[in-house]
Amino acid sequence: MMEPGLYHILFISAALFFIGVYGFLTRRNLVTMLMGIELILNSVNLNFIAFNKYVWPAKMTGLFFVLFIIAIAAAEAAVAIAIIINLYRSHHSIDVTNDEDLKY
Amino acid sequence: MPNALTISLIPLLPFAGFILLGLFGRKYLKKSSGIIGTVLLLASTIIALYTAYEYFFVYGKVGGGFQKFIPLQLTWLEFSQGVSIDMGILIDPISVMMLVVVTFVSLMVHIYSLGYMKGEERFPVYYSFLGLFTFSMLGLVLACNIFQIYIFWELVGVSSFLLIGYYYEKPSAVAACKKAFIVTRFADLGFLIGILILSFCSGTLDFTTLIQRLTTVGTSEFKTAVSYSFMGVSAVTWGAALVFVGGAGKSAMFPLHIWLPDAMEGPTPVSALIHAATMVVAGVFLVARLFPVLALTTPHVLEIVGWVGAISAVFAALIACTQTDIKRVLAYSTMSQIGYMMFALGVSKYGGENGLGYTASMFHLFTHAMFKALLFLGAGGVIHFVHSNEIKDMGGLRKVLPITHITFLIACLAISGVPPFAGFFSKEEILLAAYQNNIGIYWIALITSGLTAFYMFRLYFNIFWSKPYESHGEHHHGEGGFVMMLPLVLLAIGAAAAGFIPFGEYVSSDGIPLESHFHLQFSIVPVVLALTGVFTAMWMYKTQNDKPAKLATALNGFYTAAYHKFYIDEMYIFVTKKILFNLIGRPAAWFDRNVVDGLVNLAGSTTQAASENIKKFQSGKVQQYAIYFLAGIIVLATLFIYAWK
Repeated sequence: MMEPGLYHILFISAALFFIGVYGFLTRRNLVTMLMGIELILNSVNLNFIAFNKYVWPAKMTGLFFVLFIIAIAAAEAAVAIAIIINLYRSHHSIDVTNDEDLKY
Repeated sequence: MPNALTISLIPLLPFAGFILLGLFGRKYLKKSSGIIGTVLLLASTIIALYTAYEYFFVYGKVGGGFQKFIPLQLTWLEFSQGVSIDMGILIDPISVMMLVVVTFVSLMVHIYSLGYMKGEERFPVYYSFLGLFTFSMLGLVLACNIFQIYIFWELVGVSSFLLIGYYYEKPSAVAACKKAFIVTRFADLGFLIGILILSFCSGTLDFTTLIQRLTTVGTSEFKTAVSYSFMGVSAVTWGAALVFVGGAGKSAMFPLHIWLPDAMEGPTPVSALIHAATMVVAGVFLVARLFPVLALTTPHVLEIVGWVGAISAVFAALIACTQTDIKRVLAYSTMSQIGYMMFALGVSKYGGENGLGYTASMFHLFTHAMFKALLFLGAGGVIHFVHSNEIKDMGGLRKVLPITHITFLIACLAISGVPPFAGFFSKEEILLAAYQNNIGIYWIALITSGLTAFYMFRLYFNIFWSKPYESHGEHHHGEGGFVMMLPLVLLAIGAAAAGFIPFGEYVSSDGIPLESHFHLQFSIVPVVLALTGVFTAMWMYKTQNDKPAKLATALNGFYTAAYHKFYIDEMYIFVTKKILFNLIGRPAAWFDRNVVDGLVNLAGSTTQAASENIKKFQSGKVQQYAIYFLAGIIVLATLFIYAWK
């Protein structure tokens, strides 16, 4: 078995990122779009970890970044879900195309 | 030495009254506002009298002449080194004298108004405006900086506007206050340009430095001022002449006098204030303030001052003989007397015996304030009584208004120059100064003094004699109480006795006391002329007869012209409506409507069209935004990676 190198992980991370973007852009369901955002965030986390391990193994900077991002992502998810619930209450749907009147 | 604190209280007390009554008068001080205003002014009058006493008798005279003091000078706005607008106090004989005149007459008006304006709806407003008026005039006379004088000058304009338009529900009052404001404002434009020219020449705005630099031959400023010229006239002459235009506008000199008769629309005590102590004498004061420059550097301007004054004097006197509204007669008599003060300055020279005209002018200002305020307040009492301004509604009032009658008579004698009343002395000095320096102006002045006696006694006999008094059945409310009689009596004392003040001892062009000589043989002609005027008026108007009508018919064309004020108003209307409006107003309106508005509209429609195009980007579709965002990031990242290596 070959030891996975930096490029393998970067590849996975990039793939995750674009899957996330694709999901965010194509889904109409707000919860699914939120899941897309989570994928994007986690692809970034993966990048941080990989660079930390392979390029500067002596340092912990990447690790701390990741911890922060996870914490903030949790908070963000809570806010987003609150928004979604409120949207559902007012619009009786969580389809993003039904919320266009919010621009006014 | 003068105390800056006490002196600054003189203008600040009326100002405090203005603030207090203006802010709280209508709600909380409805009844007491008159008392508050009067008490504040009483305090300021007392301080002014004290200051005058201190200046003239204690510290003012140093080394044989009265000195200038500047106890307070705060830099308010500095343009460049040396050129700054200051707020300060300049104490010299004329400013101290003006302090006394302004506060005293204003106090009389305040007291008189307690009775005259009683029960007015806007009583507190009236008193707050009076306070503002007094404050601005006091600030004007104390000014140590030519720009400070300009600021207070405009304040005087504004407060006269407010007071003339006090009865703002009357359309004529509204028209009058607008006219007063616009005409004086127009003249002030000249004043402002004059200030700019003078300050450019002298490199300062400060009075003492300015006068010193522009009168000392040999200073670099003096050379600049004389060498720059426009249309063959030197810069300093232009500056002085333009400053005089401002003074002429405020002092209602021909041909900028048209606002003055209309200003009679204000309450009568206000007319007394405008005509006796504030506003119209401001122009005379300004010329006196800059007198050294005018006399030493620009004698031509002084000559213009003299002729403008003389023409105004005789012109107004002729009109006054024909008017039937008593306040208008008094208004034209003011214009005539201010003309006297102006030409007295005009014929004067700087320093020594030749400065007699200057002293005489200031003396006349002082005595005129007394008798003119008295005349107006007396006329106010008469109008109050008969409810009309027209002399045909009056007559035989001497029995019903005894105090008014006596005081009015004293004022008439004083203004006519009958000895020993105040006007006699000041007029003699003026005539003497004119006789010594400019014989043409002397003759005009002599004719005017005869006319003055005639029209004043025409008024007097028409009001108090003429026909017997007939009661119209309305209730008889007498002369108005104590508060209306007290100012009349005090002013009558002033009008009778002010002439005995040896004025030359205190006020002279260069500060060195001037011995006033009394020439008995010289005063025979004017006094005889004045008495002739008085007796002619008596012969014509003491009892009702047809002599005035016959005379009017005999002088038909001339009488009509004078009655219509020589059509000056009509000329103004013609020039503004027909010429200015058509040549400047209409093209300017066209330019404004088409070019200026067009540009503004163009800017608006361009923006609108642009926004019409880009507003589709804000669709409300979250994912579309995300795509723009992503695309932007990708473009930036590409640029960052490949372009900024």
